[in-house]
Amino acid sequence: MKKLIELRDLQKHYPVRGGILRHQVGSVKALDGIDLDIYRGECLGLVGESGCGKTTTGKAIIRLHRPTGGQIIYHRGNGHDPLDIATMSPGALKREDIRGRLQMVFQDPTTSLNPRMLVKNIIAEPLREQPPMGSRELEGRILELLRLVGLTQDHYLRYPHEFSGGQRQRIAVARAIATNPEFLVLDEPTSALDVSVQAQILNLLQDLRQQLELTYLFVTHHLLVVKYISNRLAVMYLGKVVEIAPTKQLFVQARHPYTHALLSGIPIPDARQRSRRIVLQGDVPSPLNPPKGCRFHTRCPFVIDRCREEEPLLERFSEEHRVACHRKDEMERLVRDRFGR
Amino acid sequence: MSVLLQTENLVTNFYTYEGVVRALNGISLVVDHGTTFGLVGESGCGKSVAVRSMMRIIQEPGRVEGGKVVVFFDPDSQQRGVDLLQQSEAYLEHLRGDQISMIFQEPNAALNPIMSIGDQVAESFLFHKRKEMCARVLEELRRPDGPSISPLGAFQRHLYARAVRNPRDLLVTVAAKIPLLKHWQRRLKKEALRRSIEIIGKLGIPNPDKVVKLYPHNLSGGMKQRIVIAIALACSPLLLIADEATSNLDVTIQAQILDLLRSLKQTEIASILLITHDLGVVAETCDRVGVMYAGNLCEVADVGDLFHDPRHPYTQALLAAVPRFHQEGPLLSIEGAVPNLVDPPAGCRFHPRCPEVRDICRRQFPETVDMGGDHTVACYRYTDRPRAEGAP
Repeated sequence: MKKLIELRDLQKHYPVRGGILRHQVGSVKALDGIDLDIYRGECLGLVGESGCGKTTTGKAIIRLHRPTGGQIIYHRGNGHDPLDIATMSPGALKREDIRGRLQMVFQDPTTSLNPRMLVKNIIAEPLREQPPMGSRELEGRILELLRLVGLTQDHYLRYPHEFSGGQRQRIAVARAIATNPEFLVLDEPTSALDVSVQAQILNLLQDLRQQLELTYLFVTHHLLVVKYISNRLAVMYLGKVVEIAPTKQLFVQARHPYTHALLSGIPIPDARQRSRRIVLQGDVPSPLNPPKGCRFHTRCPFVIDRCREEEPLLERFSEEHRVACHRKDEMERLVRDRFGR
Repeated sequence: MSVLLQTENLVTNFYTYEGVVRALNGISLVVDHGTTFGLVGESGCGKSVAVRSMMRIIQEPGRVEGGKVVVFFDPDSQQRGVDLLQQSEAYLEHLRGDQISMIFQEPNAALNPIMSIGDQVAESFLFHKRKEMCARVLEELRRPDGPSISPLGAFQRHLYARAVRNPRDLLVTVAAKIPLLKHWQRRLKKEALRRSIEIIGKLGIPNPDKVVKLYPHNLSGGMKQRIVIAIALACSPLLLIADEATSNLDVTIQAQILDLLRSLKQTEIASILLITHDLGVVAETCDRVGVMYAGNLCEVADVGDLFHDPRHPYTQALLAAVPRFHQEGPLLSIEGAVPNLVDPPAGCRFHPRCPEVRDICRRQFPETVDMGGDHTVACYRYTDRPRAEGAP
């Protein structure tokens, strides 16, 4: 498989200012060294609790903000050289058409669509930055996009408030795919939707990926949703990737205690399968002052002295499965002995 | 099993400029003593309106227009039920937070940002358990080795004694308002704070004596939700209504809160009425489940029956739309969207999305059929008769 996007030690620190002169007194380490490969045509799921840096990663990749350090290497294919977009200027981003190639769908369609714009203008907006089109052609393209996302010609001249939540999210998807991108960041695209509508949108995204040969980064906190749609899964905790594996493998043989806790925390919609869950104590520590050593050691049920001192690296565990834990080799036994799972 | 709360044909409408929103179209359900009842449905189906109508906290322009909400406080005598819709506002004020209390979805909105945690928990004690606490303070004051008596001590004792006899005594109320004199309440407040620390400690929050001095912004989301639960549990209610209590929390924190509710269920509270859109949460915590769609209750069953033998087409479709642990193949989605309740579809409100719609579905709402084993369904698959006018 060919790589599409490569993150190398990606960092994003937000300065915290204090004092009379507003000098920097600390920094919130939202991303603290992310290494991630995204392959062409796959759907990579990115899961973690709120505040762990999932969305920041997504926004960094499409350069909605400039990372503090590290590289984002974009392999364009078709004989073009790979490009480091982490430090590119806004002008260069536009010249290389990065904006058109990498797009994003946001969480809540009620806030991501401008209430004062017609649907046709919302979808046409990204196209205005592309090589100019005749108005006939533009209209044709918009109607084609509406059809792709399961809306009809009737919806062309309406405002966002006239639509239901699911339909609004369809409009947001149409806008994101308007410029023929090859990569989409989907930032919790279904968490604002109801269960019955969520299934519609997930199926739509699946179809579009095959039809348009898209690559997805699917950011979510909902593990069952991500299991349904993604091929590989990366688990984040406090600005770091702690485990990455093919989805099926991760669900069957997770190696990081945090992944185990996340998996066991999912309420399963089946009354006869009430399982024993691993309930973590305490809360996620502040990213302003992350714990020394392994970041998870304050809540980990299997903590040893080494975890408090030495930060584990994201190491290869098996083919395609990487884990950042000192006790990864004995994790299966530890979880079984302690929780009987 | 004895009944704790029973609603009959509850109807609530909202009078908006766009028209009358028929949010509840006759809800009849029963919550037993000692059980957890789950109410599930998509957003806008009327779950929250249903419980708010029961507690009579529907806001303008909404109005509860029909039905009964009967509470049987005593599990042993099932005769004397109280219809909450017939009671005075003052009666309900004393009921809410004492015998029936509620947890709301968003802990940030439920807590007052400019009151300390301790004061917010103590408020509940000061309102509902005043008499009991005054008696306790008085006992302490009368003990020979009790706190030394200041010049105002005799007066204080007098006030506490009057408060024990009648908490709404005129002199007591006036004395609580006059500067300097109002300090007589100090011991009462101390007692309330002591009880707050105790209940916060019970909910597994470390250092409760420090936490009571903090403000909501000092705490994390999970901690805040625990405080909200502490306030709800302060007076040991018979029924705890949890309105999407875990929806805004992270998976690991949600697991903590669900665990907490389950353990409290065994020790502190009699019954829980849990409102959620998450079928997983229902499966893990509830004994009985009611499924709502567009202001109607379409199916009520024991949790095992509902998940393994759903009878209503909506319940079946909803369960098929949830991604599973062992999901293979595409998810089945329900076509269309939830109807607008200003102009709901005639007849069964699910008929525009139903795969097996018949002619009668478009005209009249079906009667509720008992399928045996306490499993009731409102669908023409199982009956030919429409719902009688005015009947549950």
